[in-house]
Amino acid sequence: MSKKLIAIMLTVAVALSLGLAGCAKKPAGVGDLAKDQTLRFNVGAEPETLDPALQTGIPEFNIGSQMYEGLTRMDGNNKPYAGVAEKWDISSDNLKYTFHLRKNAKWSNGDPVTAKDFEWSWKRALDPRTGSQYAYQLYYIKGGKTLNEVDAKDEAKIKQLSDALGVKATDDYTLEVTLEAPTPYFLGLTSFPTLYPVHRAEVEKFADKWATKPEQFVTNGPFKMTKWVNNQVIEMEKSKTYWDAKNVPLKKLMIYLIDDQNTGLTMWESGQTDLDNNVPVQEIDRLKKEGKLTTLPYLGTYYYSFNVTKKPFDDPRVRKAFAMAIDRKLITDQILKDGRLPAYAFVCPGIPDTEAGKDFRAVGGDYFKEDIEAAKKLLADAGYKDMKKFPSFEIIYNSSASHKAIAEAIQEMWSKNLGIPKEKVKLHVEEWKVYLETRDAHNFQVARAGWIGDYVDPMTFMDMFVTNGGNNDTTYSNPKFDELINTAKMSADPKVRMQAMHDAEKILIGDDMVVAPIYYYVSNWLMKPYVKGLAINTIGGVDFKNAWIEKH
Amino acid sequence: MARYILQRVFAAFVALWILTTVTFVLMHAIPGGPFTRERNVPEAVMRNIEAKYHLDDPLWQQYLDYLGGVVRFDLGPSFKFQGQTVNDFIRRGFPVSAELGIISIILSMAIGIPVGIISALRQNKWQDNVTMLVAIIGVSVPSFIIAPLLMYVFALKLRWLPPAMWGSWRQVIMPAVALALLPLATFSRLMRSSMLDVISQDYIKTARAKGLSELAVTWRHAVKNAVMPIVTYLGPLIAAILTGTFIIEQIFAIPGLGRQFVWSVNNRDYTTILGLTIFYGAFLLLMNLVVDIIYGFLDPRIQIAGRKD
Repeated sequence: MSKKLIAIMLTVAVALSLGLAGCAKKPAGVGDLAKDQTLRFNVGAEPETLDPALQTGIPEFNIGSQMYEGLTRMDGNNKPYAGVAEKWDISSDNLKYTFHLRKNAKWSNGDPVTAKDFEWSWKRALDPRTGSQYAYQLYYIKGGKTLNEVDAKDEAKIKQLSDALGVKATDDYTLEVTLEAPTPYFLGLTSFPTLYPVHRAEVEKFADKWATKPEQFVTNGPFKMTKWVNNQVIEMEKSKTYWDAKNVPLKKLMIYLIDDQNTGLTMWESGQTDLDNNVPVQEIDRLKKEGKLTTLPYLGTYYYSFNVTKKPFDDPRVRKAFAMAIDRKLITDQILKDGRLPAYAFVCPGIPDTEAGKDFRAVGGDYFKEDIEAAKKLLADAGYKDMKKFPSFEIIYNSSASHKAIAEAIQEMWSKNLGIPKEKVKLHVEEWKVYLETRDAHNFQVARAGWIGDYVDPMTFMDMFVTNGGNNDTTYSNPKFDELINTAKMSADPKVRMQAMHDAEKILIGDDMVVAPIYYYVSNWLMKPYVKGLAINTIGGVDFKNAWIEKH
Repeated sequence: MARYILQRVFAAFVALWILTTVTFVLMHAIPGGPFTRERNVPEAVMRNIEAKYHLDDPLWQQYLDYLGGVVRFDLGPSFKFQGQTVNDFIRRGFPVSAELGIISIILSMAIGIPVGIISALRQNKWQDNVTMLVAIIGVSVPSFIIAPLLMYVFALKLRWLPPAMWGSWRQVIMPAVALALLPLATFSRLMRSSMLDVISQDYIKTARAKGLSELAVTWRHAVKNAVMPIVTYLGPLIAAILTGTFIIEQIFAIPGLGRQFVWSVNNRDYTTILGLTIFYGAFLLLMNLVVDIIYGFLDPRIQIAGRKD
């Protein structure tokens, strides 16, 4: 069974086509190394925290993943490979993972990295007193959610549940993990920051402030932080104690914390940085024409949410009609122009299906077509014969140039294609946090939204629409859908679980059109041609472990 | 004098208290909190996070706790940047913003004032027309146009200067120039009009009639008396520029206070919003007090210390 699982993981989600993805495992010496093995990367923001348990954003993840190593690491094809864990066994019911840790894994102060470090760190991340917002990445472990949801003041209960948690270091190099339910993507999750080990002594000694100064970080990854100038740069050097140091070609990392995208672009174009993935939208066209842009797949879908309990979008026929009356190609080709794909389903491409080599999206196919005549007919069936009398409604979006352009295009399309007077399709822009509150309070009719996967599995997209789901802003509730998601979550048979998710998606989009998918995301990179061996996965992570600077 | 200063300081504290209270109320009135995110966490977890930062206490309690902290010069922990405090932000950011600000002000005065004087002395001649044209451009072209323009020309095209960031003197040049432009133009215009006003006064004619040289008339009688509006403008200018300006700091990636302040509002980082507002308010009040005291020295006609009726 474990082989089967690995086979799923092995399925290449997306070919990165960096030309060098295959070299990821090769030691230094591949190609001609430049004398100065320093990589300069603009991560695009001052990190909110570098405490792995508290991290929530991509910039933080991309700093952390150079300094830390989980049980596994993730390569450029979203495939987890051995990190601190050398090998692992998975029980036949897929509920028990036994990780065998390598004996030569060391912290930057020379201490061995042990199974106890993982046990302690995972329990810490789930401890309600830690206040981790991404702790749900550990809810797959037996007792994880219960522990995390205990009242932070109830110390006895925390201790009791913490002791009962399904993670145990049976000896220094063996970690036994018991899951709530079969989770095919669990191995991939062990490469995620929330599941990194942290060095207990520093965390306890410096408490809340431990992750703020370079000298207080004891880490176990390929690089070690040497300097942190707030809002400017984080410097790292290759860690001498890293178990695989001989396969780490880079000597130094300069991670810039520049959040202004135009400034970041100027720095890259004037040769101050080698790598950046925060490209200003208005420059994409030019950069593409000049051949400076590298566009990679990204696990995300951009869509318009309907509030399914508010008129007029409480009728699935109306929702379908509106979804069918959007010209997606015009949005992707004329407005965004960077290779995003029009979306006709919710789960984006790039997630492997059960059968090796097959993509979930390709197997599921599209769930609707753009068709204005059919849309008009659906509206007529729903009782809207004269579209001039269609009730006026509002689209909300958060302030950003591209959201605005898309909203205006959709306003135009709905008005023109469906014959609704334009003044009845209102646009309403809100500041980010105001918009989040509005959406959260279901205080909208149509809302712009986007979702980026947390892990490489359709479930990261699908389970948000279960009844009363924390991120289900649409107020959608369908027992049939809920049941299919539950089946997928509980089933040990990958075929059954994948089929359940296909069926669920058919209901979500094909039957109920809870959201109108617009496009599948991509990520845009500025890369100097001499930067080689990067492992960029489709959930936004970049790993420099095997990267090098080629002679240029 | 001492009594006057004491009165002013007392009034300043009252003003700061009002500022804090109003900011506190407004800040909590706008939708969204520091932990509002696109990915919602389970309610129980959110409760624990809010408890950790005492956001679950009643508002009046939070308000009193906060005031208690402010009295002890403890502006609290940041909600956004975990493990860091607002005091950290000020300690790190203020020296940077202040350094850039002082350089810009010196630059703008060193050029703006002489230009204004020359303009006034050559009123309606070509020198005057040219400088006033430049001044109008300086006042009307916003820094978010000037800054990227400078960066494009000097960093990207000519490669003379590093495009951004902070640390070396070469990195100071572009932001200082961009920041100096508006006060420079303002200084020259203020100086010009004030000079024109002064040189038409009778005592200037008297001075000339006495047979003083033109230089002596200009320097000893005209400039000294024309400098008052500059001092008035200088107080709020110092307070505004030294505490950081968002656009310049953002564009040139300078780790100053201005950028931190705008972020804190976007992030609803309550303690940072309040802390930096108080800091800015206190600094502004202090600068105004200093300006008022300087008035007294520059112009004997203005009495600042306790008038006895």
